[in-house]
Amino acid sequence: MSNQDVSGSGGASDRFRELYFTEALREALAEEMERDPEVFLLGEDMGVYGGCFGVTRGLLEQFGPERVRDTPISEAGVVGLAVGAAILGARPVVEVMFMDFITLAMDQIANHAAKFRYMYGEQARVPLVIRCPAGAGRAYGATHSQTLEAWFLHVPGLKVVAPATAADAKGLLKSAIRDDNPVIFLENKVLYQSREWIPDGEFTIPLGRARRVCEGGDVTIVAYSRMAREAEKAASILAEEGIGAEVIDLRSLVPLDIDAVVASVTKTGRVVLVEEGTRTGGVCAELGMRLFEEAWDSLDAPIQRVTAPDIPIPFAPELEAAVIPTAADIAAAARALAES
Amino acid sequence: MDLLECYRLMWRIRLFEEKVDQFFGDGTLRGTSHLCVGQEATAVGACAALRPTDYVTSTHRGHGHFLAKGGDPRRLMAELFGKATGYSRGRGGSQHMACYALGFLGSNGITGGGIPIATGAALAIQRRRQSHVVLCFFGDGAANQGVFHEALNLAAVWKLPVIYLCENNLYAMSTPVRATFAIPRIAARAAAYGMPGHTVDGNDLQAVRDAVAEAASRARDGGGPTLLECQTYRLVGHSKSDRRVYRTREEEEEWRARDPILRLGNALLAAGELTEAQAAQIREEEAREIEEAVAFARQSPVLPAEAALEGVYA
Repeated sequence: MSNQDVSGSGGASDRFRELYFTEALREALAEEMERDPEVFLLGEDMGVYGGCFGVTRGLLEQFGPERVRDTPISEAGVVGLAVGAAILGARPVVEVMFMDFITLAMDQIANHAAKFRYMYGEQARVPLVIRCPAGAGRAYGATHSQTLEAWFLHVPGLKVVAPATAADAKGLLKSAIRDDNPVIFLENKVLYQSREWIPDGEFTIPLGRARRVCEGGDVTIVAYSRMAREAEKAASILAEEGIGAEVIDLRSLVPLDIDAVVASVTKTGRVVLVEEGTRTGGVCAELGMRLFEEAWDSLDAPIQRVTAPDIPIPFAPELEAAVIPTAADIAAAARALAES
Repeated sequence: MDLLECYRLMWRIRLFEEKVDQFFGDGTLRGTSHLCVGQEATAVGACAALRPTDYVTSTHRGHGHFLAKGGDPRRLMAELFGKATGYSRGRGGSQHMACYALGFLGSNGITGGGIPIATGAALAIQRRRQSHVVLCFFGDGAANQGVFHEALNLAAVWKLPVIYLCENNLYAMSTPVRATFAIPRIAARAAAYGMPGHTVDGNDLQAVRDAVAEAASRARDGGGPTLLECQTYRLVGHSKSDRRVYRTREEEEEWRARDPILRLGNALLAAGELTEAQAAQIREEEAREIEEAVAFARQSPVLPAEAALEGVYA
């Protein structure tokens, strides 16, 4: 774990540029497509339209229709095609327009992509990335707002990656594309609009290494994706009150950098786990159990979690905002813990 | 592959399956298995029309497809025994075997699961400007899965080098095609995707081989996919527990008279390309081959238990 966990594999430098999260993802795709002709993109409205959220804008002009493939609305078929292409050595990157639609492709992901390596041994590699615009906050309603990563933790053979910053989006996506396993790659839709400084030049960030967002001695806050940003804001609120919160951004859930979490909890003795998804059977449920198993002796107070309640995401912006965790919710949970 | 080789291969598959059936009956083998007795002409006829560098995807009923694509009976049998020398080292079993070096991309425990996989393999081939084709085996049951529609449409739109070979054996487990299709011919669906579709006598090896050869030739020339419906019949139950209450013994006898191995044998005998003595010799040699496979499987070790925890990720 480190604050600057960026592996330069070329022109990484001390210079920084300001980029939108979407632009960082686009750079990752373009650089990997330049580097390896087997990398190609598949998805709905990826080409002229540039992807529903504009991530692939301009790539059709740069790489042509064979490498930026618009598909029919056939999520199961498209993901299945990508699996079939991947086992012959192609490196497809599929965009599922909204993560909610990945439900349509679950058989190909869980029964095929995830299991081929185990069943068929070393001859089988499934270098496949499924990019999933995910999350609430845009008033899209119950079928366009979910964060479903918890389901994929439960399928051995998959990796699950969820960046929180533009730099991580670029570096982690490049690593995901180079990985020989199927990777579910979450892109929180609210983050698309964030504009941040990222290192110039080419760099990758390894999967499975958490990022310490800020240091603190009183309480640990563990989060990922958009919630890592909320946790960072919560730490600022707490700092003004004299409470030192240490925020750990997991970056990837599989592989999971449990050591980083345990190390922080060993220091603080108190931990708040955060996820945007629903509560029961969620990521925090798993993380909490892991800490129970691996950090019990270090815990000075019960593990707390801040999640969405067990409901479909409501449409009305006011209702939606009321059920998605915020910095204030996280700060409240951490404050209560720190004062316990 | 000439017709005599096809004849030999059909016997290899038949005897392999009969041996497996015996082993499930007497408790030697555990788990489940779906046998292709009676469907050998589709497996062998289709693979006989392919090149070694072409690819095949298979189904839950995949032993015949694998043997027809060059699979080693010893390693297939060892997999059914769950042994470390099996194609999946005992981690896969009957429905989960592959050998990419032979172009066999895998049997498949999910009905229809191989259809998009085959289509994606064809996409990889097309992107590299290679001249290989992919042959996708599936059954009448799989033709009613959603991915059948999605994959065939995609293959037609992108003109992918793939041959969809539907082994219509008249029953999806117990449910007859008349209860699951409102059309008399599954091949008629090809028109809806804008690809050629043909119905073939699936128990006629030469008819299957010719139809696949024509489809492969078109696919190699950039002409895109074909849907072939091969009408056939499994002479045994769906799986080991099947008591075949959904069909009559009379119907089975009718199909037994159309046994694809007998048919090819009789044609070869009539043409003077095979003698009774040669036929008996081929059968004996293949029976010996299967016995050797059984001995190999029996003698092979099971992976150590800790190996079950390895190899989930590349």
